[in-house]
Amino acid sequence: MSATTKTRTAAEGRTASKPAPASAAARLLGDRRLPVLVTAGLFLAMYIGGLSRYQNYGFGEPQVFLNLFIDNSYLLVAAVGATFVIMSGGIDLSVGSLIGFTTMFTAWLVERQGLPLLLVIPLALGVGAFGGFLMGYVIHNFEIQPFIVTLAGLFLFRGLCLVISKESISISDSTVSSMAQTRVSLGLGELSIGAIVALVVLAAAFYILHYTRFGRRVYAIGGNEQSALLMGLPLGGTKIAVYTVSGFCSALAGLLFMLYIQSGDPLHAVGMELDAIAAVVIGGTLLTGGSGYVLGTLFGVLVLGLIKSIIQFEGTLSSWWTKIATGVLLCAFILIQRAMTTRKQT
Amino acid sequence: MSTPAVTTPSRWRALTRHHLFWPVAVLIALLLVNVPFTPDFFAIRMADGHLYGSLVSIVLFGSPLILVAVGMTLVIATGGIDLSVGAVVAITGALTCSYISDQADQNALAGVFLAMGIGLVAAVVCGLWNGFLVARMGIQPIIATLIIMVAGRGVAQLITDGQIITINSEPYKLIGGGYWLTLPFSIFVVAAVVAVTVALTRRTALGLLVESVGGNAEASRLVGIRSRRIKIMVYMFCALCAGIAGLMISSNTSAADGNNAGLWIELDAILAVVIGGTSLLGGRFSIGGTVIGALVIQTLTTTIYTIGVPTQTNLVFKAAVVIVVCLLQSPKFRAKVFGAKGARTTAPAEPATPADAAPKMEVSR
Repeated sequence: MSATTKTRTAAEGRTASKPAPASAAARLLGDRRLPVLVTAGLFLAMYIGGLSRYQNYGFGEPQVFLNLFIDNSYLLVAAVGATFVIMSGGIDLSVGSLIGFTTMFTAWLVERQGLPLLLVIPLALGVGAFGGFLMGYVIHNFEIQPFIVTLAGLFLFRGLCLVISKESISISDSTVSSMAQTRVSLGLGELSIGAIVALVVLAAAFYILHYTRFGRRVYAIGGNEQSALLMGLPLGGTKIAVYTVSGFCSALAGLLFMLYIQSGDPLHAVGMELDAIAAVVIGGTLLTGGSGYVLGTLFGVLVLGLIKSIIQFEGTLSSWWTKIATGVLLCAFILIQRAMTTRKQT
Repeated sequence: MSTPAVTTPSRWRALTRHHLFWPVAVLIALLLVNVPFTPDFFAIRMADGHLYGSLVSIVLFGSPLILVAVGMTLVIATGGIDLSVGAVVAITGALTCSYISDQADQNALAGVFLAMGIGLVAAVVCGLWNGFLVARMGIQPIIATLIIMVAGRGVAQLITDGQIITINSEPYKLIGGGYWLTLPFSIFVVAAVVAVTVALTRRTALGLLVESVGGNAEASRLVGIRSRRIKIMVYMFCALCAGIAGLMISSNTSAADGNNAGLWIELDAILAVVIGGTSLLGGRFSIGGTVIGALVIQTLTTTIYTIGVPTQTNLVFKAAVVIVVCLLQSPKFRAKVFGAKGARTTAPAEPATPADAAPKMEVSR
């Protein structure tokens, strides 16, 4: 199946980046919504492809679709956080280890220290947001590249995981397990609490990015930092806030991940920052910042999730095809972006 | 009376101003930390015709990192970055080991050389792809190399079929775990690569071209330097170094692990380059500094083992080192912390010039 995915993306990429003299094609290429539409189309095509291939195995059931949200709720939240950072022209590599740290931290507090979950949740979110704030502070005030600062964050949080415990801590707390098993019925199927939280975060991010002053500032800084500064926008505050949002989202994603597998492990979510960045890029957010949609990120996450579930349905394909397919998709979308931006410049 | 008083500080000053002073000082300090815990830390003894000792093992275990970091230095000098080296390490090891394991006679020299050739060619192809994306398509280096970082591990697992391939080949074992002239063979490999790199970059104009591309790619192109070609070459060289490191790692363990070989080595390599004083903005580089930086990281790891700090704090230490080094390199941080202090103390004598000059010099050097 992933072979068909590959050819399909290649075909999409070719049609989109073909330098056709027709003005309609040029207009299409200049449209900032194009990457999102391509991703949505890709998702639809993959879904229909899966439907025709695995119809007899229950692929068509609504629950299979809803499971995409349940199984990828944490990735969606993390990717939403990463969208803010990438939109502002930065990058956050600490997402994966912050998720791992949050699972470890909550598992340790709940299991070893016996604190109630209701106290631990705000604590974990606070720690994540504070970590993001610190990174943003250093990035802005000392003008060090975001890449290297968040790299230090990656080391730090992964290290702190190991300092808490080298072993995995499983969570047997009754509140956690009952929360993890709660399903909300939607008529056609059901969603977990994690999926609902993720959708709420998505909606909030949509509102913040498109309808608030803060959201416009994020776009402006990503578009051109110098112009944003000359316009009198509070550069430092916005930048620090963006990394704080990313830290908060990572911590929340960590909580959802903890709920999803009910344990804390120092090796949880290794490399998830790459999945999050890949989802954002596939979702059509420009890596140089300033252009993109948080809804695109949703489609990016869904496409990655669909690859996973198609590989599961196929049965004979091994898990590493997920990585290869992700890499191929990433490459195709980066090339589309490139074609778009060069078009705009000339 | 007054002459020595003047020359000593100036010589001291010249010494501290040397770009290798701080990396070397950190390395020596780290080595000295070991002495109270293991009194015979610097002792090197002879056993079975091999040299043994902590210093030898630091160089032995650090050699893949030195190789990767040397390649990374040139990439960073052009203002880029290569995240894919870890995946390249895995791919090279996987291809070479799977080819050797298919041989009837795993000790046949021809087969081993062919296998290594295949592995290194694959590595160079990866580098060519990275360079193509960065130089021809104009994609940011972090993102362009992210593609192979994500997909490459999948490819490596595809080659090994998700298994850990073990081999039993004496000639292949030599590269990463063998001895030659009483020293680990890998030390000679590293020395050769470093010597060739230094000769190519400092004895020819190549190093200057790399620095000028990193300083300003567009300006270099306008004065007639083929900056695209230089960039592609640099990425290929970096991948080749990573490939050799991959051979070394897989040979040392006699196994190829698509999932874990070279995991996080890209981060360690970037760290080594930064410690060595190469600016992440590009435009200048120091191979010697990078080698010392890589040794600092390996010594840090060894020290954590020997002084009995729980090994899991290793990453926290590394994070602290990254932050401290980056803060010290940041002109703005130094202006805020040291600059203010320096300006206050030297203000009566020479108003404000040293505080201004110091950060600028660091940037332009």
